[in-house]
Amino acid sequence: MKPEELEVKAAAELAKQQAMDVRLVCCSSTGCQSSGAADIVARIKADITERGLAGKVQVGGTGCMGLCSKGPLVRMTCKGHEDVLFSEMTPDLATRLVDEVVAPVANGEEIHDPVGPLGAHVVDLHAAFFAMQERVVLSNNGHADPEKLADYLVHGGYQGLRKALTMSAEEICQEVLASGLRGRGGAGYPTGLKWDFARRMQSDVKYVICNGDEGDPGAFMDRSVLEGDPHAVLEGMMIAARAMNATNGVFYIRAEYPLAVDRIEKAIRQARQAGLVGRNILNSGWSFDFDVRLGAGAFVCGEETALIASVEGKRGTPRPRPPFPSVKGLWDKPSCVNNVETLANVPRILLNGAEWFAAKGTEKSKGTKVFALTGKIAHNGLVEVPMGITIREIVETIGGGTGTDRKVKGVQTGGPSGGMIPESQFDTPISYEHLQQLGSMMGSGGLIVIDDHDSVVELARFYLDFCVDESCGKCAPCRIGGTQMLHLLDKIVAGDGTEEDIANIRMIAQAMQKGSLCALGQTAPNPVLSALKHFPSEFTERLKQPAAAEA
Amino acid sequence: MTDMINATINGVPVEVAPGTTILDAARKVHVKIPTLCKHPDLEATGACGICIVKVQNTGKMLRSCCTPLDEGMDILTETPEIVEVRRGVLELTLSRHPNECLTCLRNQNCELQALAADFGMTTSDLPNIVPDLPLDTSTKSIVLDPRKCILCGRCITVCQQHQNVWALSFLNRGFKTRIAAAGDIPLADSPCVRCGQCSAHCPTGAIVEYDETVAVWNKLQDPEAYCVVQIAPAVRVAVGEAFGFPIGANLTGKIYASLRRMGFKAVFDTNFGADLTIMEEASEFKSRLLEGTGVLPLITSCCPGWVDFMEKFHGDMIDHFSSCKSPHEMVGALSKTYYAEKMGIDPAKIFVVSIMPCTAKKSEIIRSKEMSSSGYQDVDVSLTTREFARMIKQSGIDFVTIPDEQPDHMLGAYTGAGTIFGATGGVMEAALRTAHYYVTGHDAPRVDFEMTRGLEGVKEGKLNVAGKEIRVAVAHGLANVEQVLEKVRAAREAGEELPYHFIEVMACAGGCVGGGGQPYGATNELRTKRAAGLYQEDQAGLWRCSHHNPYIKELYSEFLGEIGGHKAHDLLHTGYQVLPEYKR
Repeated sequence: MKPEELEVKAAAELAKQQAMDVRLVCCSSTGCQSSGAADIVARIKADITERGLAGKVQVGGTGCMGLCSKGPLVRMTCKGHEDVLFSEMTPDLATRLVDEVVAPVANGEEIHDPVGPLGAHVVDLHAAFFAMQERVVLSNNGHADPEKLADYLVHGGYQGLRKALTMSAEEICQEVLASGLRGRGGAGYPTGLKWDFARRMQSDVKYVICNGDEGDPGAFMDRSVLEGDPHAVLEGMMIAARAMNATNGVFYIRAEYPLAVDRIEKAIRQARQAGLVGRNILNSGWSFDFDVRLGAGAFVCGEETALIASVEGKRGTPRPRPPFPSVKGLWDKPSCVNNVETLANVPRILLNGAEWFAAKGTEKSKGTKVFALTGKIAHNGLVEVPMGITIREIVETIGGGTGTDRKVKGVQTGGPSGGMIPESQFDTPISYEHLQQLGSMMGSGGLIVIDDHDSVVELARFYLDFCVDESCGKCAPCRIGGTQMLHLLDKIVAGDGTEEDIANIRMIAQAMQKGSLCALGQTAPNPVLSALKHFPSEFTERLKQPAAAEA
Repeated sequence: MTDMINATINGVPVEVAPGTTILDAARKVHVKIPTLCKHPDLEATGACGICIVKVQNTGKMLRSCCTPLDEGMDILTETPEIVEVRRGVLELTLSRHPNECLTCLRNQNCELQALAADFGMTTSDLPNIVPDLPLDTSTKSIVLDPRKCILCGRCITVCQQHQNVWALSFLNRGFKTRIAAAGDIPLADSPCVRCGQCSAHCPTGAIVEYDETVAVWNKLQDPEAYCVVQIAPAVRVAVGEAFGFPIGANLTGKIYASLRRMGFKAVFDTNFGADLTIMEEASEFKSRLLEGTGVLPLITSCCPGWVDFMEKFHGDMIDHFSSCKSPHEMVGALSKTYYAEKMGIDPAKIFVVSIMPCTAKKSEIIRSKEMSSSGYQDVDVSLTTREFARMIKQSGIDFVTIPDEQPDHMLGAYTGAGTIFGATGGVMEAALRTAHYYVTGHDAPRVDFEMTRGLEGVKEGKLNVAGKEIRVAVAHGLANVEQVLEKVRAAREAGEELPYHFIEVMACAGGCVGGGGQPYGATNELRTKRAAGLYQEDQAGLWRCSHHNPYIKELYSEFLGEIGGHKAHDLLHTGYQVLPEYKR
């Protein structure tokens, strides 16, 4: 395909969409799928055909729209009206929607109320939940069909790559560096810098690897991006490849994400067919292709060296760094491992420029961040917010608080590697630095809210249990330290703990944090330590003999 | 030349070549960083977390064993913080280790125990959480005790990378991680070739030799039994390490004396068997070379780990194998025939003990019916050097001061050619000395064939014998064998001239001096010193060629008859079989 054809195809698709009287898109991500989204789409399609409206109404899927707790969600674009989002849909409700709203509009009838009989299911798109979000990575969700390349092109798809093909590798690295984009997997390393290291390596083969091994409990950001906008990740990887002269792309996605795997594989096939992947991409003479590898679901395989070992068919255990993967990675070749969300940001940065991206966020944390809001929160789901927004805004304004008469006690960010942030600290802005100062971390974006009925001790125990379960077992501090610490927490939870146990927890924590080989072990004590820091009384209250009041 | 790396360690400037680890750099400036999982012989895995140091510049704690020193690094190795972390890690490690030091084979010889002592670990607040895991004694050569395992991964590295056997592996994960045969089958059913390198590299008592000292003590107490013993070449230069002798000290005379005091009625030497092996094997080589009685290259077969490996993975090489038994099996067979006959002893009462640097010998003695060619099991028990050292300590013998004695010459007198069997290349060198004689009718003007010596993984050489070029290869460490065999296969398939006429293979790096049953701590430096002890004896000996051994001549004239003859064939030769394909 020639570069100009991108616009031609996009324009044709856009014209087709605009010719429709009504467009209905139903969330086709895992959450809504599991509550019956496919049946709804099938019903709408059948209804449309039956009523002879096929040429006037377009029905399709789209990526996660965010309000996962209220799925399945259907978004309606109706000529002459504002878009409407319907929640908690069923096939029967869909039929009523077709009969009472879609059909009349398609038949040229004047309607005053596009909501019709489904008023109770309408979600206010102007509400804080949507209004306070800023969608970059999730911008196509709710609009484009992830299974259609043409839809992606309508929304500027592959224009970033097109631009990248006119730039030198160094220029791309500089652009991404200037944007301030940092790794969204949690550690926050500047992406442009990481690419530049790989770029400087001389090698006949280099790999760019997409880390789709998201594994934090309660986190589904990357899954939603892979499912909702697979081409954006593909495009981001190809731009990364251009930036470091990589020759091969590898997707590493956990097998528990079958839909994500399916979408990525489909996207690769479509892009290959269109000449966007494979030989002579966009007539540039550059060739690049992808491999998709499935992970068996070990949490530690999100650590880049363990991930690489897993791709190579070895036990998924980390190895010491240096050498870093940029020097010696997959099959001993220079490799760069990037997180899904990081990569999905890249096409937008290339397309809109580094300054556009750098204008969002804080001084050191640029752009937006996707969070998965779960736990005791009214609006369970997926949100994308600008960096710098406060935790309170996310939890209380966007998330709607607990949604019950209970009070928010705190929030766990960074998953099992992060920490508990008490409500008193909620005015802290979201940034890599601020979260770290609070003893937590950005992590990949899991945000779990607890209320005043939840026990911090038990939650800390839950996270530690997760890490103990997911420890690869290679290094002693993590393998044994986690287990011993868990025993001590069990004791405390059971009401048999002593002050000495807490002292031992701290001793073990130090050995784990400083002696573990990889981030899993180094950060596993964080939930416990942050709970001890912010909620010490919850521990002491549970001890066998309540300790004397501290001097 | 690449630029040197300049940095400081505890404030002391250090300059090293790029790629040097912090651990090695520290040694250069006399700083000792404690280690546990790191073995100087093996690539670091960074598993234990004991050797952490702090990089002042970044505040990072790194593992010194596997982190290269970088330009400008300011390393601290002994701050209260570092010591505290190390103690914490060690306390954790000890909490997952049984407190069985007093009844452990590694007592006073255990790296974990030594480290705990160095750190002055006295009490622990943590409960002992050792899972109940069964022993694997299935091989009867080495014993796996996953309870004592600290998961350093040395055994797996050596089994997979150095030996290319892939018998051992990590199973499960997290706290449940343990070492076992891949697929969680008994080790005996795995590709394990019993080389015992895992046990020689294990820092604790998690993998040890299958101890048979009690069985030997019992026999020595049995008035009905006539116990005879033989020692392998490599034992004499290694056992002294257990008694504070310098590495490589040759203590043959003290060993003979000790064995007699233990109650052995006759003390033989496997070196005699080595001479005998050469008589048969050089003859086999000559007839394959000159008369075409078999395929070339001829491959040595005296290493049981190698024989097992060949039968499991390289069955197509069977025809290349020398049919000669290993030296101690020859001595065993002759003890219960020739010796019994000559001394008028009922062979049923003779109990043959071999003292070997090797764990695989424990399996070899029962590997096939040919190992009972005397009508009885030719060798009854095979002990490792480590077991032997323990027996000396149990026997009330002052090994350090005991005066030298001589062996029983009938199956004990030997030549330098027999002695050097214990070092990689030694069998080849010994064979070439005698093969030269067989082919030309006279000894080579110089019997030192240096091309076979040293620790290069694969050594190749050429030799002109009576106008004929003889090409040889010597490989040690099983992973090194593969490339040699591939060369042979490639030539065979292409119909080209064979790359070699004669190949020597030893399973263990360095040959038997680095055997899996030898004292701990083998490094190339140590292997070189042990081998030097053998070469010195060869150099100083009266006889340096096996065919000069008068007792060998006597054996043939009195008992065996022809070299390679009928009787020799029955007692001194064996056969091989392709074992079912083992998956790696």
